[in-house]
Amino acid sequence: MAVTGIIFSNMHDANIPQLTRVRTLASVPFGCRYRFVDFTLSNMVNSNINNVYIIAHNNYQSLMSHIGSGKDWDLARRFGGIKILPPFISAFDARERTLYTSRLEALKSVYNTLRHIQDEYVIMSDCDVICNVDLNDILRDHIANGADITIAVKRMRLTPEQARSNVLFKTDESGRITDVKANPVQFSGEANVSLNIVAVRTEYLLEIIRDAVTYNYTSFTRDIIRRRMGKMNYRVYNYDGYFACVSSLADYYRCNMELITNQYARESLFRMKDRPVYTKVRNSSPTYYSPDSSVKNSLIADGCVVEGTVENSILFRGVKIGRKCTVSNCILMQDTFLGEGVCLKYVISDKNAVVRDGRMLAGCEEQPYYIDKGKML
Amino acid sequence: MYKKTECVAMLLAGGQGSRLYVLTEKTAKPAVVFGGKYRIIDFPLSNCIHSGICTVGVLTQYQPLQLNEYIGNGQPWDLDRTASGVTILPPYQGKNGADWYKGTANAIYQNLDFINRYDPDHVLILSGDHIYKMDYSKMLRVHKEKGADCTIALLDVPIEEASRFGIMTTDDDGRITEFEEKPPKPKSTKASMGIYIFRRSVLEEYLKRDEADPTSANDFGKNVIPAMLRDGCRLYAYPFLGYWKDVGTLHSLWEANMDLLGVVPNFDISDPKWRIYSRNNAEPPHLIGESGRVTDSLVAGGCEIYGVVENCVLSGGVRVAKGALVKDSVIMQNVEIGEGATVNYSIIDADVTIEAGAVVGRAKADEENVTVVGSSALIKAGEKIPGGVIVAEGYAREHG
Repeated sequence: MAVTGIIFSNMHDANIPQLTRVRTLASVPFGCRYRFVDFTLSNMVNSNINNVYIIAHNNYQSLMSHIGSGKDWDLARRFGGIKILPPFISAFDARERTLYTSRLEALKSVYNTLRHIQDEYVIMSDCDVICNVDLNDILRDHIANGADITIAVKRMRLTPEQARSNVLFKTDESGRITDVKANPVQFSGEANVSLNIVAVRTEYLLEIIRDAVTYNYTSFTRDIIRRRMGKMNYRVYNYDGYFACVSSLADYYRCNMELITNQYARESLFRMKDRPVYTKVRNSSPTYYSPDSSVKNSLIADGCVVEGTVENSILFRGVKIGRKCTVSNCILMQDTFLGEGVCLKYVISDKNAVVRDGRMLAGCEEQPYYIDKGKML
Repeated sequence: MYKKTECVAMLLAGGQGSRLYVLTEKTAKPAVVFGGKYRIIDFPLSNCIHSGICTVGVLTQYQPLQLNEYIGNGQPWDLDRTASGVTILPPYQGKNGADWYKGTANAIYQNLDFINRYDPDHVLILSGDHIYKMDYSKMLRVHKEKGADCTIALLDVPIEEASRFGIMTTDDDGRITEFEEKPPKPKSTKASMGIYIFRRSVLEEYLKRDEADPTSANDFGKNVIPAMLRDGCRLYAYPFLGYWKDVGTLHSLWEANMDLLGVVPNFDISDPKWRIYSRNNAEPPHLIGESGRVTDSLVAGGCEIYGVVENCVLSGGVRVAKGALVKDSVIMQNVEIGEGATVNYSIIDADVTIEAGAVVGRAKADEENVTVVGSSALIKAGEKIPGGVIVAEGYAREHG
């Protein structure tokens, strides 16, 4: 089946403001050696979707440097492959000088590119969909049920905080959408949470975009799904595999840590047969553990040098842990450097952070201490 | 479309590597796994690209499947180029019949057409079985400054090892006055590393002459270099200071792996300015479990370690179960080591399964040979593999 993928790189940036201050949500590091977008891109490539557009918004330099030619996801193709669509702003029309804020507006702004899609179907995905799913399952379900739009959902228990940053669906017994709540306030309990993966026929998507321009619709959920669900066959696809729902820094911390503590999570993300997760290749050497090091219960990427003690932590590529350091319950991103005798507990350090000899820093599980990108302490 | 290229590299990768026994049963020596995530050929290829040499011919002959697949279009080393890049050069059938590569010199002779397409001034000859980092552009600069016909990279070796190498004598200016291949009584410790830069015109002339001589072994060290010396060609030595290891034997392969260990290792592969490139397997990060303990070891992606690992090099996807002890060993990709098993002073090739309680090898001692287990072998629960033994590839594994 010929399918084009569209990825929104900036939706939900506000969920983790600390990590998206200098980058798109798509390029937020996750899972020890990946970026958020790696999971979505790998899902697409592993489902034979070889024509992928990433719609960028702002701060997308880190995204572009991460993706490069797309080679590392096998998406550097003569035909198709990956294309980044930067924000489209007309130089002559003052009214157009604001950037989009919603999916539908994002699609409107790149309508002229999408018009040329030749594949029959489109699968749209947000960039923070952390799961390893065969998108063809969703598409097959979409076609078999003669759906107009199919949205993947997972039934899960939500805290009010998580509910506020998610879209929840109610359906009838056949799976047809009967109600939709976007970012509900004060909701808690079990619900069908949108994974923000949408399957739709290309022609129908283009029609929606044209309508959106004509009637000035801005929200896909409110203006399309909610308005039309009575008339059209909008359905959900029930996904029951692992899905990490990251709606805040605390969620981010918890979902990362889950990869150490929860074997099911780790294997459903990393060890699916024939569905590896791809990321930018860095050609780091393997990680070295010194004779004095002591490491347990940790997930560690290539290129690290560990001379101290590490427990219950995640070390991204190229992290250096000096002698006599104790690191517990931390997430240290790419090239974090710890001098000697540093003590960290519940710390998230962003890329290239440096902590000098003897410093002690601690957060707690609900509120990890965050060190800015490149900060020297 | 060919552009004139100053220097073309020819990488001899056809050797069988018979002294690596089971490790080269089904693969050429340059494709043997090294250092957790590399293959031996990654080193000369990475050196080439870091030295600005991006036209590389790789001469293959013995068991080329894995090697060809691994090199592919050269993309991991940035050698997928429009007008150059990496080209695999297998023996071929010509108008006057088909010929295997008879020797190092003959292999290059048969590919003179490849070299001449790029109209190079110099040709760099490399071999695919050495572990080292070297900037060939510096050697080329010296070669040009001296106006040499041939420059040979030189390494000072211990006198007791000298008879394994081509040994040369040089004058004060570095000009080679004598060259002897594997002399029984070496006159110096200046050993040839098997890395040559030839002026192209001279190389072509001597290769043609060598080919015309039916008594020649068609070998650079034995025939071509001595013939050039006899004729008074300008041969210079280029001294190399740094780590270099011929990994032609099981022991030297084990040793070279161990040289990567240490906070300041004998051989540093983590220099960000001289990264060693390799083909990537999209392995997830590695996990060290609650009961795992890893010290003085290199660990590659995808490993899961619940046992004790000391002084080892672990390739991608290795699993060490609880209670297992792995010491002083080189473990290649996707090996599974079961609960309570012990692996000591061994090289374990890819896809081996060592079941619970099995014992492989014996603690390292002087004069003790390293134990080797060939790929895909199955060491059954409780089985004991004595020290120094070589276990065949696919041992005890039921096929089909």
